[in-house]
Amino acid sequence: MSPVVLQMSCVAGLLGIAVLAIILSGRKTATTTIYCATAAVSCVALFGSVRFLVGDAANASGLILPIGLPWLGAHFRLDALASFFLLVVNLGGASASLYGLGYGHHDPAPQRVLPFFPAFLAGMNLVVLADDAFSYLLCWEFMSLASWALVMAHHREPGNAKAGYVYLVMASFGTLALLLAFGLLAGPTGDYGFAAIRAAPHTPYVATLVLILMLFGAGSKAGLVPLHVWLPLAHPAAPSHVSALMSGVMTKVAIYGFIRVIFDLLGQPIWPESVVVLFLGGITAVMGILYALMEKDLKRLLAYSTIENIGVIFASLGLALAFQANGQKLAAALAFTAALFHVLNHSFFKSLLFFGAGAVLTATGERDMDKLGGLIHRMPFTSFVVLVGCVAISALPPFNGFVSEWLMFQAVLQSPELPQWALKIMVPAVGALLALAAALAAACFVKAFGVTFLGRPRSPAAETAHEVDRYSLSAMSILAALCLLAGILPGLVIDALAPITIDILGGRMPVQANEAWLSIAPIAESRSSYNGLLVMLFITISASISVFVIHRFASHAVRRGPAWGCGFSDPTPAAQYSAASFAQPIRRVFGTSVFRASDHVDMPAPGDVRPARLRIELHDLVWEGLYRPIAGAVGFSSDRLNRLQFLTIRRYLSLVFATLVTLLLVLAIWS
Amino acid sequence: MQMHSLAFDISHTLAGGLVLISFMMLYQDRLYSLLNVFALHAVVLALSVAWQAYIQDAPHLYITAAIALVFKAIVIPVALHRIVKQLGIHRDIESALSIGPTMLAGMALVALSMVLMLRVTADADPLAREDLAFALSVVLLGLLVMVTRRNAVSQVVGFMSLENGLVLAATGAKGMPLVVEISVAFSILIAFIVIGIFLFRIRERFDSVDVSALDDYRGERR
Repeated sequence: MSPVVLQMSCVAGLLGIAVLAIILSGRKTATTTIYCATAAVSCVALFGSVRFLVGDAANASGLILPIGLPWLGAHFRLDALASFFLLVVNLGGASASLYGLGYGHHDPAPQRVLPFFPAFLAGMNLVVLADDAFSYLLCWEFMSLASWALVMAHHREPGNAKAGYVYLVMASFGTLALLLAFGLLAGPTGDYGFAAIRAAPHTPYVATLVLILMLFGAGSKAGLVPLHVWLPLAHPAAPSHVSALMSGVMTKVAIYGFIRVIFDLLGQPIWPESVVVLFLGGITAVMGILYALMEKDLKRLLAYSTIENIGVIFASLGLALAFQANGQKLAAALAFTAALFHVLNHSFFKSLLFFGAGAVLTATGERDMDKLGGLIHRMPFTSFVVLVGCVAISALPPFNGFVSEWLMFQAVLQSPELPQWALKIMVPAVGALLALAAALAAACFVKAFGVTFLGRPRSPAAETAHEVDRYSLSAMSILAALCLLAGILPGLVIDALAPITIDILGGRMPVQANEAWLSIAPIAESRSSYNGLLVMLFITISASISVFVIHRFASHAVRRGPAWGCGFSDPTPAAQYSAASFAQPIRRVFGTSVFRASDHVDMPAPGDVRPARLRIELHDLVWEGLYRPIAGAVGFSSDRLNRLQFLTIRRYLSLVFATLVTLLLVLAIWS
Repeated sequence: MQMHSLAFDISHTLAGGLVLISFMMLYQDRLYSLLNVFALHAVVLALSVAWQAYIQDAPHLYITAAIALVFKAIVIPVALHRIVKQLGIHRDIESALSIGPTMLAGMALVALSMVLMLRVTADADPLAREDLAFALSVVLLGLLVMVTRRNAVSQVVGFMSLENGLVLAATGAKGMPLVVEISVAFSILIAFIVIGIFLFRIRERFDSVDVSALDDYRGERR
């Protein structure tokens, strides 16, 4: 069986499972059956894509199905880039299914989730496999609609209906942009096959327009600022394993679309394009993590952090565009590999963290961090794997997040080689933004982990929490192990990504397998190198020695003392650092300008017994400055047009008549 | 050549006659006379289509002519006559626009369609050009009848004279397949039936076929 046929059979299998889920709806065994089947099919697809990527990635194989437009058919193709993204999709699918085996049993209405879950996975697989614009758009819409149905699974919960509506509006807007982009790419000949688009020459004018449209189309799905507004609403609204898929995987499918069109179909880029992508990426990274820092809802925080990571990936892609436009293949391959590596890493740790948030939600019923706390004693295993995820996403060695960000900064350091002064200045500036974002991300996840898992429980729900089921735990541990593995064996990943960079950019990073001790050297060993394994060994050994020294020379006993209450005699758990108070210094520094944040203290007069209150006012300037005026304008014009609903029959006829005569007059004057 | 110019003149005359009769419809202020003028309109259409059938040597067009003669010139006017009598509304038509401005508007529309058609179809067969220009005039005048009348029966008449214009356009061009003509004829028949039933419904409900009764029902003021 050729690889593409294998992948397409897996997609057919997933669609079959979706139908099966409808048939089984209402049965008790449905949840177990569906998630088992989805996990099995995802594993097969994962295996197929990995084998293709490391085996014969140079031989792309295609498949034409006689469906869709009669003169076009439906083209599907598996090449190195597609196989990498299939790996991301199906790894996410397999782990989410495993997690769902446990988590799905807590769902009050599983029949609202089960049919759409495999359909959503099938949609994402199809988008990656599509090889003509028509199938691409069709599969893209299928994916969007399936995920929309999953967002609306708990539609009676407050806010979810609004989330679904905003998502639908943004998704249709994004698809419109994609439609226009493909229309421009196909040009007047109207050949929508990717092979024909790739072969045709594109003028810089068309290329620029397509880039802008793709930034709208793929950017709105991925969550580029200022198109990100739906993401923190919709991702948390879905069940947690679906949130993990949407945040960890669907945003990557959007990035796949961007790479496919901008790097692959458009051919040789021009350098001004990269300025736009770099700028948007840097802004998105910083804005995303600042939003996340202000957040106290655990899942919303994770969704905002996704925006930050998307910004990082787009900035790397912008770097790759800049180097590629100047023919610096090695540096372009470095930046591109960093972007793909980060795609992989983000899908690992963001899925892991969303699973962790889901576990906390199952155990306590709470997403609000200010009602959690102290979970490390009640859910030790979950706490440990979430800690791994937090360390990895904060880009600390020896985990995987560090490697991809380190590679990206290595690419930033190549910027003096660029001939254009604009880029020479721009790239280090974006690098500074990314460094800021990385530091803020670390602060953000110290907050997320500290407030949720450390300290003392702030609510009875957090006090009575229990460890979650073993399926959820095993899904999380697999992802945590992958985070560590990709961190200590980055050379393997970089070498596996080489066929993609050869395919897309025509260049590759140096072979890493030959480096001693599994270290990686992005340009040459004399310039810089990193060895995750040695770092891990060093951390392990030094930590073991300090633990040994403490326990040997100090005391064996574990002591529990009263918490220090800042001098107050009876400190309640509410007196601990809360999510808002932890972020207060950062809110003071950045929030006053970015969010127009202000604190209002309501201090009662002496003798008054009511409590003093602190109110924090934050403004989402993107929402208030961009979306609300647009919504207002649409509402205003609809109100005006609404009057047309209530005309008399004769006036309707007169309107038709007047329109006809006007059109004829226009024709008479202009022809 | 002689024959050709004679053929051209006759079809030109018939199509022009159709436009003239459309103008006559504009100033009829009684329902019976409006129906009579419409019958005349249909007769002239039938003649025109028959003449086209003769000069284009297309016998199937005779069927269209027969349909126009039988249905539009005889069956529908007679039926509408009976409806008007049953409803007891054979009095004045109150037209929304007075006759003078209506006629001026009609002339402007004819001028517009002439200018437009003669310019757009500059390199077409002259016979078809003239025919299309007249047909567009008839369509526009039919719309004008519909817009300026308030009575449902006269709006039906305006609609059917508009359809006559479409048939004229369809037969003026050479090689139009019969399918289209039959569908056009049937669409008129169906429209007649639907609007006829609709009339009775309005009558049953509101004791009037003045469409303003519908507006009153919806709680509106004009």
